[in-house]
Amino acid sequence: MSDPSAAAYEAVIGLEVHVHLKTRSKVFCGCPASFGAPPNTNVCPVCLGLPGSLPVLNEAALRSALLAGLMLGCRIAPFSKFDRKNYFYPDLPKNYQISQYDLPLCAGGGLEIEADGRRRRIGITRVHLEEDAGRLVHTEGGAGGSGVDFNRTGVPLLEIVSEPELRGPEEAVAYLKELRRTLRYIGVSDCDMEKGSLRCDANVSIRPRGAAALGVKVEVKNMNSFRAVGKALAHEIERQARALAEGERIARETRLWEAEAGVTRPMRGKEEAHDYRYFPDPDLVPVVPAAALVEELRASLPEPPLRRRDRFADRYGLPAYDAEVLTAERETADYFEACVAAGAEPKAASNLIMGEMLRLLKEAGIPIREAKVAPAGIAELTRLVAAGEVSGTAAKEVFAEMFAAGRGAEEIVRARGLAQLSDEGELERVVGEVLRANPQSAADYRAGKAKALGFIVGRVMKATKGRANPGLVNKILKKALG
Amino acid sequence: MTIGRDEVEHVARLARLRLTDEERERFTAQLAAILDYVRKLNEIDTAGVEPTAHVLPLRNVTRPDEVRPSLEREGVLRLAPRADDGFIMVPRVIE
Amino acid sequence: MDPTDLTLHEAAEAMRGGGISSREYTAACLERVRRVDPVFGAFVEVYGEEALEAAVAADRRRAAGEPGGALAGVPVAVKDNICAAGRRAGCASKILDGFVAPYDATAVERLRAAGAIILGRTNMDEFAMGSSTETSSRGVTRNPWDPERVPGGSSGGSAAAVAAREVPAALGTDTGGSIRQPAALCGVAGLKPTYGRVSRFGLVAFASSLDQIGPIARSVRDLALLLEVIGGHDGRDSTSAEGSPRGLAGGLDRGIEGLRVGVPEEFFAAGVDGEVRASVEASVGRMRDLGAAVVGVRLPHTPYAVATYYIVATAEASSNLARYDGVQYGLRAADPRDLPDLYERTRAEGLGPEVKRRIMLGTYVLSAGYHDAYYLKALKVRTLMRRDFEEAFGRCDVIATPTAPTAAFALGEKTADPLTMYLSDICTISASLAGIPAISVPCGFTAAGLPVGLQLMARPFEEGTLLRAAHAYEQATDWHRRRPPDPAPARGGGV
Ligand SMILES: [Mg+2]
Ligand SMILES: [Zn+2]
Repeated sequence: MSDPSAAAYEAVIGLEVHVHLKTRSKVFCGCPASFGAPPNTNVCPVCLGLPGSLPVLNEAALRSALLAGLMLGCRIAPFSKFDRKNYFYPDLPKNYQISQYDLPLCAGGGLEIEADGRRRRIGITRVHLEEDAGRLVHTEGGAGGSGVDFNRTGVPLLEIVSEPELRGPEEAVAYLKELRRTLRYIGVSDCDMEKGSLRCDANVSIRPRGAAALGVKVEVKNMNSFRAVGKALAHEIERQARALAEGERIARETRLWEAEAGVTRPMRGKEEAHDYRYFPDPDLVPVVPAAALVEELRASLPEPPLRRRDRFADRYGLPAYDAEVLTAERETADYFEACVAAGAEPKAASNLIMGEMLRLLKEAGIPIREAKVAPAGIAELTRLVAAGEVSGTAAKEVFAEMFAAGRGAEEIVRARGLAQLSDEGELERVVGEVLRANPQSAADYRAGKAKALGFIVGRVMKATKGRANPGLVNKILKKALG
Repeated sequence: MTIGRDEVEHVARLARLRLTDEERERFTAQLAAILDYVRKLNEIDTAGVEPTAHVLPLRNVTRPDEVRPSLEREGVLRLAPRADDGFIMVPRVIE
Repeated sequence: MDPTDLTLHEAAEAMRGGGISSREYTAACLERVRRVDPVFGAFVEVYGEEALEAAVAADRRRAAGEPGGALAGVPVAVKDNICAAGRRAGCASKILDGFVAPYDATAVERLRAAGAIILGRTNMDEFAMGSSTETSSRGVTRNPWDPERVPGGSSGGSAAAVAAREVPAALGTDTGGSIRQPAALCGVAGLKPTYGRVSRFGLVAFASSLDQIGPIARSVRDLALLLEVIGGHDGRDSTSAEGSPRGLAGGLDRGIEGLRVGVPEEFFAAGVDGEVRASVEASVGRMRDLGAAVVGVRLPHTPYAVATYYIVATAEASSNLARYDGVQYGLRAADPRDLPDLYERTRAEGLGPEVKRRIMLGTYVLSAGYHDAYYLKALKVRTLMRRDFEEAFGRCDVIATPTAPTAAFALGEKTADPLTMYLSDICTISASLAGIPAISVPCGFTAAGLPVGLQLMARPFEEGTLLRAAHAYEQATDWHRRRPPDPAPARGGGV
């Protein structure tokens, strides 16, 4: 907040997040829920709302919604239902959206976040299941118009509404990132903002610091990245603060974030008073989650990412940075723990995974579960390094080969002759040869130029293809030059 | 609690119906008469009565998460009053 | 004998026994349509050539010894709000001009699977909103017993087509009486199954919590046969009940000795025409003669049924019909200025006054400030009405009432005053709100020669009891055998 007047105010932010659930088919029909098909090819009578068609709930979407609710610490409703939200818009084939109104599937949860090094639990008001709308493509010019693509219509959406407890853009972004991590941990969504599988609207108001009453709420939409959320909220808070400082009143309205101009502006479309006329959808029957199902899902919940991060630092003695990187994705964290379980030294495994492994995975464009290196392989390699049987330099080469070919570390070391050379007789012979070939460097060293030693060591390494045990080489050299 | 012309106009707008003056007059009178009739429900004490939204006690009706064939796009676009380049076209929407 | 006098099961049996071919029978129906439908206007479209081709194919299969379905080679008509792949589904509304359904309704799919031939689509009140088939954008349908009178509605086309011998049976749909009331007014039999018994998949929704597809025919046995074909669970309709109706036709002849017939005084109150009351009371007496026990029952919330219905049904309709907006299919107003103009003008031009009125009413009762006072209140009264029936069915097995308060009324008689028209559903609406099965069978004629209907209602999914009772009554009387007079030739052309 660069504007000085903003310091006098406190921001009150609530986020309304929509995420696509990762199901094969749509929430109420059998069309693919996938992204990127040519327009209007993933459509059927149901998701097009053709006369006579009827919705039937996707079992997997329901499970995912319940799982997400449990992961976010919510109560699962003993009785839930679907309602129709009625409004006219061309991306909404039936001119109503099947959503949930007064009895959402899940309510009353929370999410722990870390912002500015502090931990806070942000309340989650509700989590409910609904159908997505289509996509509008605007064309320019007089003859133009808007094109509607109904492929996205009916893709399952989870709406997650936070309490208005976020106190600034940093917290809002931290909340979003933590929510993304958490939902990815249970595999219910990709939460990819670029592909639109995570969308976020914000309710923003400000009040004089210390005041209890809430200010006038402004809804901010059209934020398409985490960065955009941070910038849009900072801008909106500043805008409201400046307005209040100048004695203006804040209008209760919806504003759109204009990323290029870096401002929010009021929505141009006729802002009609919304009256959604919710009522229970007579085409869908109530949902009464079975206790056994809820318990089964609860038992399957993974450790939340933030708690796992703490445990990695405590239990494995990892630096905070390592713990954060390793726990960013559940698969990476699982992999790391499997390595440790297979006998790898934690920090050595962390170094290998965070360095070589993540780099090679990124290059190959594959997830860790598809990597050919088994956790036991990592354990084997770290053991060889620790035992001095493979040098650090050679270890990288060994790992690259393990990653490419899926062979075991020892096998590669043997086949490619990468075992560390610790035979003193052999090393003395090589050192002798190097000194004979570089008399000037030997003389320089003896004359007090310490740097010359590095050059000689480099030659020894080159002569042994990096296999020479560095400690031993040093010892022999110092004796020879002594 | 009777319905007036303005309310009729408001409801027509919610329902996206453009009414002629004559229709507005007629609907105002007719809706007022019908609402007057249906208000007889107020004679009944419904305190503590659960609403019936569905008559059958069906619960948890779901289908397996399986992909089914979608419609041919040509057929979908042929139904539309205006289509272009795979899209169904409407007058330009302003946000 | 004129083959069109055959009932559905008689025709099916005659075809099986070689007494008549499907081609002969179908041709006779088509000839009858050609002759009388210009007067009655029961059909909105007849699939003449395709029906004959299907009949020839059915005969060929039979000759080849292939086992046919229960309805092999028998023509059936379908109401204009039920989808059949490649056919229009117009709901007798301008707004669906040009809409061709890309899929079969489950009921149609099952008719086809049983070998039935779809002869054409029948006229109806626009979007099934009406009790006289006068709100159709396709012109009125006339009552075969008196062409100056309405056939009832909204399935007036289906009932008139069956009464006029144009087809042995037709599918109708019933939301508040739209099968039973026209069946009564046209002197034929009609069944509204239990809500959830017949899949609604492919039925263009009017009020989703009330709509049911059901058969209209000239005998109770035909209704049983048709329900066995079209009924049963369907995974494409979330409100479809488990299980299938089986053995309905087989159980018809078990008689009604010991059956308890409940008579609710509320259905015989003011507003019910004296002749209608006399016919229904006489038919209850007839059932007593057949061995049934007649008991008095109370359905105290009956006076509130119409009010409850017109809130619930219009609320759902206002939402169901929002999709007709000129974007994806059907009518679009010419040269829209912008999107609001497209919406408002398409709907203003494409929807008729009764539909607009109900959309307005439904929108109002759901809108902010009125939702609880009207909509929620009606849902609570609906609960009380269901309880009434539960209690009554503790004392009886079927409930007997008039189907309609009067016999067929004159064309135009009730169009000026919507509330008067709504009250013509007064006897049928209760069963719709409670979701229970109900049937109408002919039970007499007025002095003016107009048919009167007896309505029987039963517990949910007890269509077997209902059909058995109706059948016993039907077999003991011959109202259903009467045939309306042939009409004077119409001016103008055919369909
Ligand atoms: Mg939402
Ligand atoms: Zn679909």
